[in-house]
Amino acid sequence: MRKGAPGPGGDGLAPADPDAVPRPHSLTQLFLVFTGLALRGFGGVLPWAQRVLVEERRWLTREQFVELLAFGQLLPGPNICNLALMAGDRWFGWRGALVALAGMLAAPAAVVLTIAIAYTRVADDPFVRRALLGMGAVAGGMILGTALRLAAGQRARWAWLAFGAAAFVGVALLRLKLAWVVAALAPVAVAAAWISLGRRARGEGGEGGAP
Amino acid sequence: MSHADLLDLLLHFASLSLLAIGGALATSPEMHRHVVDERGWMTGLQFNDAIAIAQAAPGPNILFVTLLGWQAGGAAGALASTVGSIVPSSLATYAAWRWKTAREDAPLVAAIRLGLSPIAIGLTGSAGWVVASGANHAEPELWALTAVSALVVARTRINMLWLIGAGALLGVLGVVG
Repeated sequence: MRKGAPGPGGDGLAPADPDAVPRPHSLTQLFLVFTGLALRGFGGVLPWAQRVLVEERRWLTREQFVELLAFGQLLPGPNICNLALMAGDRWFGWRGALVALAGMLAAPAAVVLTIAIAYTRVADDPFVRRALLGMGAVAGGMILGTALRLAAGQRARWAWLAFGAAAFVGVALLRLKLAWVVAALAPVAVAAAWISLGRRARGEGGEGGAP
Repeated sequence: MSHADLLDLLLHFASLSLLAIGGALATSPEMHRHVVDERGWMTGLQFNDAIAIAQAAPGPNILFVTLLGWQAGGAAGALASTVGSIVPSSLATYAAWRWKTAREDAPLVAAIRLGLSPIAIGLTGSAGWVVASGANHAEPELWALTAVSALVVARTRINMLWLIGAGALLGVLGVVG
């Protein structure tokens, strides 16, 4: 990420040159891209959202994606729908939020209803059952791989990854309720970040972010 | 399904929407109690199938509520359950997001951003782990397939549809499972 110019405001997120940062150029494109990534999301849309938004389109940096994901997980509702509406708002305001959310839900809802209607005929087919078994194993791996990829983008802040490890142990291994794990970890992590950022600001006189 | 029933469906799902921290599946036991045990709109088997289908099908897993609404009351039921589940949580998220973006330079917002990111990554890893252990049970071949998929996604940019296709094929051929 580039350093903000020393101009007024100091809004570090506003790019100096709008053409330099890729972004959706229309609501139609936003809708189609979110529809496309949702329709590829067998067993989970998150790996596709990361792939398409961060790596293919470059509409979000890895840090921005993690930030949206963090908010999406902490707030009520489906993470990926929350992520879509926040991303849409970032580019087009409330219209973008609505359009991205609609893209995430409309076509997949039609697909899932079609499958449900056909399901009674294929549910007992042993081939279908076995195919779904293999797809389930891959789907879990894809989400784990996405988490590894996002962790690699955290610029070696190992102290912070300890919070991630604690969340993983609590939710995945100990099977504690997610809301309790978040309630226990989030205030500590935010307080630690607050202290660390305050120390950095005093020491270097700069903003948080790139060292 | 009568209009009163549709309203009941909508309001019940709306009342659970704000409790769905980490996704709507967290509130599925409460949905089960209402639509299966109390109202008898579907059987427990149909309820479980709705969750399984939504997870296997492309798209967000939240769409299991669409299927529940469909089972309970056809197209109108599907619309009522989906709108009820999505709208309250989306409004809350939108309000919180606007609050945050309006204070982008505030120290608290910077601390929230820095502090929550690793937790988000840990929770994403947990989601993958829970999906994998639900699908794989104790089958070593399936776990090997999960591990290979994770490595490929972490290290390469191969089109992930190939991975899903390979998983389906290995399942059908009986190599795994």
